[in-house]
Amino acid sequence: MSAASTIQTSATLQHRSGWRRIGLLPALILLLLASMTLGASIGAVAVPPEAIGAILLKKIGILIDVPVSTQQEAIFWTIRLPRVLLGMLVGAALAVSGALLQGVFRNPLADPGLIGVSSGAALGAVAVIVLGISSFGLMTLPLAAFLAGAATTFLVYRLAQRHGRTDVATLLLVGLALNALAGATTGLLTYLADDAQLRSIVFWTMGGLGGALWETLLIAAPWIGLALLVAPRLGQALNLFALGESEARHLGIDVERVKRAVVLLAALATGTAVALAGPIGFIGLIVPHIVRMIAGPDHRLLLPACALGGASLLVLADLLARTMAAPAEIPVGLITAFAGGPFFLALILRARRQYGWG
Amino acid sequence: MTPWRRNRRLPAAGRWLRRMFLGCSLTCAALLTACGTPSSSGGAPPAATSVPASSSLPAPAPASLPSLIESVPGEAEPQLPANVVDYQGEQVTIASIERIVSLNGDITEIIFALGMGDYVVGVDSSATYPPERTKTLPNIGYQRRLSAEGILALNPTLVIGDETAGPPEALAQIRAAGVPLAITADPPTLDAPALKIRFVAQALGIPQRGERLAVQVEAEIARARDLANRITNPPHVLFLYLRGTDVQQVAGLRTPIDVMITAAGGLNAGAEAGIVDFKPLSPEVVIAAQPDVILVLTKGLESVGGVDGLLTIPGLADTPAGKQRRIIAHDDLYLLGMGPRTGQALAELAQEFYEIAAQEK
Repeated sequence: MSAASTIQTSATLQHRSGWRRIGLLPALILLLLASMTLGASIGAVAVPPEAIGAILLKKIGILIDVPVSTQQEAIFWTIRLPRVLLGMLVGAALAVSGALLQGVFRNPLADPGLIGVSSGAALGAVAVIVLGISSFGLMTLPLAAFLAGAATTFLVYRLAQRHGRTDVATLLLVGLALNALAGATTGLLTYLADDAQLRSIVFWTMGGLGGALWETLLIAAPWIGLALLVAPRLGQALNLFALGESEARHLGIDVERVKRAVVLLAALATGTAVALAGPIGFIGLIVPHIVRMIAGPDHRLLLPACALGGASLLVLADLLARTMAAPAEIPVGLITAFAGGPFFLALILRARRQYGWG
Repeated sequence: MTPWRRNRRLPAAGRWLRRMFLGCSLTCAALLTACGTPSSSGGAPPAATSVPASSSLPAPAPASLPSLIESVPGEAEPQLPANVVDYQGEQVTIASIERIVSLNGDITEIIFALGMGDYVVGVDSSATYPPERTKTLPNIGYQRRLSAEGILALNPTLVIGDETAGPPEALAQIRAAGVPLAITADPPTLDAPALKIRFVAQALGIPQRGERLAVQVEAEIARARDLANRITNPPHVLFLYLRGTDVQQVAGLRTPIDVMITAAGGLNAGAEAGIVDFKPLSPEVVIAAQPDVILVLTKGLESVGGVDGLLTIPGLADTPAGKQRRIIAHDDLYLLGMGPRTGQALAELAQEFYEIAAQEK
């Protein structure tokens, strides 16, 4: 990248440093709280916000005068709350992974699928379904998905490494190749699957938060939480990455360490998310774009904002998924793709107008 | 209409009976009227081809009717709380059957056959029988992709199903919400209907009634197998699971349909060709199998555009079944549900196989 674009980048950073940057995080926190309240209260059984308040207060021993049925209480504790919390974690994990990878690849099209974690996880999940493995009970599938996703990412990273250095373009191409391999193996297993297994595979591939239990949540929270806490620390380094890899190196950034950290964090967060909720598309792609459009490309702000935005978006998408055809449920992956597809198209067309492509 | 096909209307009569059961003043005459009413039959659609009905087995005596379980004094009220041991060996206690959500089509059919259909408040999308009732009940989605929230929203006092119900996470959520969840085993054998009937009846607190229905169904299955045993040159039957042109599979060994074909006096051509479970259909398999008749599900046949569409599948037109256009189509739940109509389905299949065998001679 040239010096001219460097100046432009910092100019953009400054240009956006007004109220949008200051107000963004508080606004997103409010949005997340509102989404969570909506998500927890709307559904086949309504649990109005005041009932949620009463249920929560009752848990800590304070009784208030709001009528709450035992059914509402059971639904809130066993289904809604775990589900909203899982949606929050998964949404945040996907959006932050997307932002991290877009930063390190310096490519707005990068998403967590690129480094093989999604296709690897899909392979693990489909293998468990088709081979009928159930050694770890309910946790077998998430565990296999996570391990296969992590292993694929590790392989992508190792294959792209040469003399201790990772070329981002090679990483991309190796990811592409391994994605194809994992996809082909998944296809082979799908071909061997019987009718019932086929249906399980199809539903898994569409993603969903319906399986949220406190147990799954407790397993997911530490990994995703760790990734979300560490990610913002890479913000400054990724800002310098935007200037180009060698420029970043000259500015004193240990680029290999940053790349390794990004791949590791994205694999951890996305792997856990996909393992528990299936592949949910487009969150990792569109949330960083929306945030950049509002507040500019500063990663120090982008990363936490993506966590909050991704969490809100997925909780809201899941709300749609389970209310549109209640009492049955639409896979949430379909909702995000339906919303994400047109959005992404609009984004491309806008960019084309702006930069005079094509 | 053969007398035996008319039987498939029975749940309508069963409802009448239930009212009688509950003390309504319904006379036997009214019952007979109910049986004779040409109400819509929701059972298996008739076979798709014209298998000539000339040389047929002696028409079986009208099978005993699952829902016509006569009341025995003192047994009218369900005995609650009921205890039942589920397929994983866990004991489940059911205090009330006021609001039942049934997770699978076969279980729904059993509840209705036991005359307890009025307590059902929700069914899954595989529940198609009895059609006039299942269509109007709230739908909780597909049996393998259930959502706990949709089920709990119906405020059930009992959630009941067989082991195909899932995903396990949804079942875990229902259990966690404190709703009694009774899941029965569903082995892929002809023991399944009676086993499931006894389980459901036990869970609903009407074990004696369940016992009588189970014995009836077992007797019907035994009678159908007697019919099947008269087939001396069993036809080769190829079962195709079809969903449009994308999903076309052949049933081999270890499938529920293999059990049905064999029990009805046919040879499963898929299994003969060395297939285990369901495998994708290929012209080689078809040629190796050389079926005398092709068995499909009604929805599957519709999905490929009827018999003509089916025969465009490579290889099929050149088999004996294809040349003679011998294709039998039955409803999913009727043929494969292993529910209370299993005996009837078997008898009908045996009849069809017998006719084909007679032609082949």
